[in-house]
Amino acid sequence: MTLIKETDYGTPASHSETLVTLYIDGHQVTVPEGTSVMRAAMEAGIKVPSLCATDMLDAFGSCRLCLVQIEGRNGTPASCTTPVAAGMTVSTQTPLLAQLRRGVMELYATDHPRDVLTAPAAGNCEFHDMAGAVGLREVRYGYEGANHLAAATDDSNPYFSFDPARCILCSRCVRACDDVQGTFALTIADRGFGSVMVAGMDEGFLASECVSCGACVQACPTGSLIEKSVIEIGQPEHSEVTTCGYCGVGCSFKVEMRGEQVVRMVPWKDGKANHGHSCVKGRFAYGYATHRERILKPMIRARTTDPWREVSWDEAIGYAASEFRRIQGEYGRGSVGGITSSRCTNEETYLVQKLVRAGFGNNNVDTCARVCHSPTGYGLSSTFGTSAGTQDFDSVDQADVMLVIGANPTDAHPVFASRMKQRLRKGARLIVIDPRRIDLVRAPHVEATHHLPILPGTNVAMLTALAHVIVTEGLADDAFVRARCDMESFGEWADFVADAANSPEAMGPVCGVDPAEIRAAARLFATGGNAAIYYGLGITEHSQGTTAVMALANLAMVTGNIGKPGGGVNPLRGQNNVQGSCDMGSFPHELTGYRHVSDDAVRGSFEALWGTTLDREPGLRIPNMFDAALDGSFKALYIQGEDILQSDPDTQHVSAGLGAMECVIVQDLFLNETASFAHVFLPGSTFLEKDGTFTNAERRVQLVRRVMAPRNGYADWEITELFARALGMDMRYNHPSEIMDEIAALTPTFSGISFKLLERGSVQWPCNAAAPAGTPVMHIEQFVRGKGRFMVTEYIATDERVGPRFPLLLTTGRILSQYNVGAQTRRTENGIWHDEDRLEIHPHDAEQRGVKDGDWVRLASRAGETSLRAWVTDRVAPGVVYTTFHHPDTQTNVVTTEFSDWATNCPEYKVTAVQVSPSNGPSEWQTTYRAMTEAARRIAPAPAAAPAPAAE
Amino acid sequence: MTLHLFLPRDAGALAVGADEVAAALQAAAQSRGVVLELTRTGSRGLYWLEPMLEVATPAGRIAYGPAEPGDAGTLLDALLGQGGHPRRLGPPEQIDFLRRQTRLTFARCGITDPLSLADYRAHGGLRGLARAQSLGAAETVEEVVRSGLRGRGGAGFPTGIKLRTVAAAAGAPKYVVCNADEGDSGTFSDRMIMEGDPFVLLEGMAITALATGASQGYIYVRSEYPHAIATLNAALILARADGWLGGGFDIEVRVGAGAYVCGEETALLDSLEGRRGVVRAKPPLPAHHGLFGKPTLVNNVISLATLPVILADGAASFQDIGYGRSRGTMPIQLAGNIARGGLFEAGFGVTLGELVQEIGGGTATGRPVRAVQVGGPLGAYFPPALFDTPFDFEAFTARDGLIGHGGVVVFDDRVDMAAQARFAMEFCAIESCGKCTPCRIGSVRGVEVIDRIRAGTNVAANIALVEDLCSTMRHGSLCALGGFTPFPVLSALRHFPEDFAAPHKVAAE
Repeated sequence: MTLIKETDYGTPASHSETLVTLYIDGHQVTVPEGTSVMRAAMEAGIKVPSLCATDMLDAFGSCRLCLVQIEGRNGTPASCTTPVAAGMTVSTQTPLLAQLRRGVMELYATDHPRDVLTAPAAGNCEFHDMAGAVGLREVRYGYEGANHLAAATDDSNPYFSFDPARCILCSRCVRACDDVQGTFALTIADRGFGSVMVAGMDEGFLASECVSCGACVQACPTGSLIEKSVIEIGQPEHSEVTTCGYCGVGCSFKVEMRGEQVVRMVPWKDGKANHGHSCVKGRFAYGYATHRERILKPMIRARTTDPWREVSWDEAIGYAASEFRRIQGEYGRGSVGGITSSRCTNEETYLVQKLVRAGFGNNNVDTCARVCHSPTGYGLSSTFGTSAGTQDFDSVDQADVMLVIGANPTDAHPVFASRMKQRLRKGARLIVIDPRRIDLVRAPHVEATHHLPILPGTNVAMLTALAHVIVTEGLADDAFVRARCDMESFGEWADFVADAANSPEAMGPVCGVDPAEIRAAARLFATGGNAAIYYGLGITEHSQGTTAVMALANLAMVTGNIGKPGGGVNPLRGQNNVQGSCDMGSFPHELTGYRHVSDDAVRGSFEALWGTTLDREPGLRIPNMFDAALDGSFKALYIQGEDILQSDPDTQHVSAGLGAMECVIVQDLFLNETASFAHVFLPGSTFLEKDGTFTNAERRVQLVRRVMAPRNGYADWEITELFARALGMDMRYNHPSEIMDEIAALTPTFSGISFKLLERGSVQWPCNAAAPAGTPVMHIEQFVRGKGRFMVTEYIATDERVGPRFPLLLTTGRILSQYNVGAQTRRTENGIWHDEDRLEIHPHDAEQRGVKDGDWVRLASRAGETSLRAWVTDRVAPGVVYTTFHHPDTQTNVVTTEFSDWATNCPEYKVTAVQVSPSNGPSEWQTTYRAMTEAARRIAPAPAAAPAPAAE
Repeated sequence: MTLHLFLPRDAGALAVGADEVAAALQAAAQSRGVVLELTRTGSRGLYWLEPMLEVATPAGRIAYGPAEPGDAGTLLDALLGQGGHPRRLGPPEQIDFLRRQTRLTFARCGITDPLSLADYRAHGGLRGLARAQSLGAAETVEEVVRSGLRGRGGAGFPTGIKLRTVAAAAGAPKYVVCNADEGDSGTFSDRMIMEGDPFVLLEGMAITALATGASQGYIYVRSEYPHAIATLNAALILARADGWLGGGFDIEVRVGAGAYVCGEETALLDSLEGRRGVVRAKPPLPAHHGLFGKPTLVNNVISLATLPVILADGAASFQDIGYGRSRGTMPIQLAGNIARGGLFEAGFGVTLGELVQEIGGGTATGRPVRAVQVGGPLGAYFPPALFDTPFDFEAFTARDGLIGHGGVVVFDDRVDMAAQARFAMEFCAIESCGKCTPCRIGSVRGVEVIDRIRAGTNVAANIALVEDLCSTMRHGSLCALGGFTPFPVLSALRHFPEDFAAPHKVAAE
């Protein structure tokens, strides 16, 4: 095991197709035109000394160490800022250059701490390396001159510190913040010798606009900006490349380790989803893996009112299996089911659905995609023929127009949002359709051309009105439609959208948006060049979620923006492996690769390999499981890595359903909210503790690598195996790669995928004989279903309407520093940015209710009520309120209703009619619930011989 | 009885009481029942004679100066034909300092009302633009190339080649930026032209717009030039009203914020964009990737203000004047401890000795000249031994100096050259943008090491260290601020070693 050291070429690669040949120190080098002399040298293995250059950033030319001499040119140009030219003859080492470099390093050394033994970056410091590289041996100026050695360290950020004394003013941090992250939080203040890097208006990192993405820390060559974990632990000694366990962007990281301890996570430059960038969650928020609340021993209890009892794995698994057998014996084969996890690996997910189908003998398996992107699957399947986003992330670099609807990328998909902002700063134009003024609407050097602040629940009306403009104003790409789409469906659809009832003038008032703005946005989308659609749960989590997805697909087809880079319909998926969990057959009606269980041939292939017969009837969806539980026909549930109580809508219905079951198995890292209703707790493992694969939002299958032994004893796939074997199945794999081999054998879109292939680099499915290198952009020649099918998207208002009792519309979402139900991020230092859910309310609505910023308010719907504090802001429009669902104390989903998407049952989280009124504190439900969960989390004291349990 | 008088409104004349003289003249005229027609002009640049009053006579203008408010009565009496006056200088063109000049760029300066377009036209204004319009863009560029005009900001880059590059650069819009951040010590030619003949600058910029296809121009003026800013803004309104600006090409005046380094063209562009003025690495050249990333022509005031005369009279007449590869005339500014300070526009080739001794008349204090700094604070100090150096880009380079923007600052024999060397480093430290290491840290260390030399500490070793530092700054700096600071330091060391040998009091400056 070694520490992965990535080569830094100094300046970014040039993508020119013209090649230039030059000579560097006598070596002939051929590189693309536009390459810097520095990079060309590095390509030839010649490292030119430098401190301000790094290949993540454009050349800057400030340190003056990389000077070279070029035949026929005056002076000593900087190799980082000098582009190659044909026939150029460069010398990187001459007596003059040696003298200059030593002279520059000598100057640096006069204003730099000399504590080489105890410096935080000791052992891995570019600055120290350069002193060695140039042969600095003395500092003739002495150390008594003016200096910055007494400057105070900024320790305000929980994850990294900034020591100005070690800063060499290379601006790598500032440029990383500007060019890579796009936050523009850092700058150099003052000038000359007084120059100093400051965050914001010199208010320190924590108080500034800094979003803690870590790009500055990664860029720093001196340890002036450095992870606190490195200061605490020291330099790592080995590393592995793995895939982030947070959102659906799927960033690649180097996990840098000392023994079994994570020293830091550093984004990997070769990661094809993130290209070396990261966000605060993936980069820093991994501390939950070692949090004291993590449960490491299996526990069981007969009743959920009993305290937990720690038992051996054998006892826990044995008890669970006997209960499932008993229940199936008593209530029938269909009385049990399982929920797969979008946090776990493809292999683990696959095993759970295999356990349900082959072991339980039914199709009662579902996954959290039910509550997020199930409409994406249905909508894109119906129109294009496949259940996934059409593009790779890199496609955004060729987009001229972006339509972002129902997504908040800077908070929920921050690394991809940075890519979007990079492209927008280069001139692409942006249309945002969102009830809130999300950050992308106006960010430094980024401004949406159109922000259409629609009322929650009116997406379909808006999207159909956009289509109306395109069709009636003759902006459609007729050639594309004729060549690639089903003309019958097009004709029907075109007639439908052209109806005056679907015009912006008719739909504008419904959406609460000026019709002229809708027309302008439609024209821009249709005529602005490559147009790409990016959407999130603001599209899907509606009663017409599937219709809205179809409406997006229609827009992409009618403008010819499918099957090419720069266009496409791109769902931004929430969880690290939600795409994968869907791909792996987690839905009750589908086997792997989205093939219906009723398809005899498909089912037959599984039956043959698994040696059993499978039920041809689809099983229960999650909400149906709760309904069935309340009916008394569904009694046991195996839940891997999902906190359905907190994340699913209408919490009181969920808790009643869970409460009616006789055996609930929760497999998780923590005693989550669902665990309060569980009888068996199987401690899960983190993404750091297992091998496997995650599939991100661009269908990219990437390796997850084990960097430490599971602290709980088993990886999650091994636990599923134990449970399956206890139930009598012969489920036995030596390594997750064998599971992937089985998936590949059974799934045409995965048939080319193996761990061996992935070791060489990630691929995007379909990856098979027809596409051995994977498929970055889908539907290029033709749609997966043949001809693209237009779907009529009639707007039907949700039944959830405002009225006198509930006059406001609540919509929900998330925030940058927290992730989903917060199980992980709440157990890290991220709480410093968001320690409670707050209700965003417009000043007008707040004033009417006598609510001031920071006041406790009661948030009530017909489903339930909760209390939280208000944030008075005009980010939301009058009539709309917004909150997050990261904190169980808030239980936001107590308020959301049972309404759901007509096609997929995806809950309508995004529209709830509510009332907001002043309150004195937590609601009765919150108080009762808190008391209940505290009781439910009790763990019985262990027998005297055993050590005290670590948890609680 | 009407008297037509001319009195400068130039800041240099105002500083020595031109407004007070004007008021006194009006009062005296009233008491005498005389109607004064007083035209406020630019300055002729004979600053030791300011405020210099001129009167129109049938035989041409007659100059009087330096005028004081107390002279108003006697001056009026003299002008009304009642005898001579001790301040009488005769026809200004006959004053030796003016007679020896070749006034092309400054042809109107001091003669016309700066804000009179009628005056401007009457004295040959707008002929250059008219000819450029008849030549067309490409031929206009070639005409400038043929003239041999080199940038007057200091670098001496051929103006025509720069025009050609911007004209050929792909991208729109294109910009023309006039660098009027005249910050060199002892220089004032940009200010004089902006205050004394602003239309010539606007016409020059209009010619470059025509030649390059630029649609917007900016004049970046230092905040220390309030009169120039006001005059330019007034001139812009008149030019737009007259129709030759504001159509396809308009100009806006932008005011700097007091940073010397913003006179460096890329830092200037950053400042124009609203950023901190920080030097950009080149390439890319501003001609390709300048203001807001677009093709941009950046030129000094004098370079631009010389284009109208080149276009009007043809490249050949300009190219005929000069010395070596330095063609045409150069507005040289004589300043410091000099008897006759002012603006001296002449063809290249005049020697430093002629300028200082004959034209400038030696020091104002009457003591011997010891050192002359040419080219601003980054220029070398020349001893009288090098007074045979002709004013020419290459000749000065050959003697480890530079002509820069044409500033000549004279010191007498009381100057402490070690203190001047220290000042050069200190100036660099104060004005450094801080981007590159040699300039940011080197200049501070330079001050410290020279202090040690002046205190007599390890003099030989520290002199060697300063020389080494100068080499690092010279070759290593990103721009001319750090790169040229060694010129004054090394020239002081080389030509005046005796000032570094003996211990000095550190506080001597």
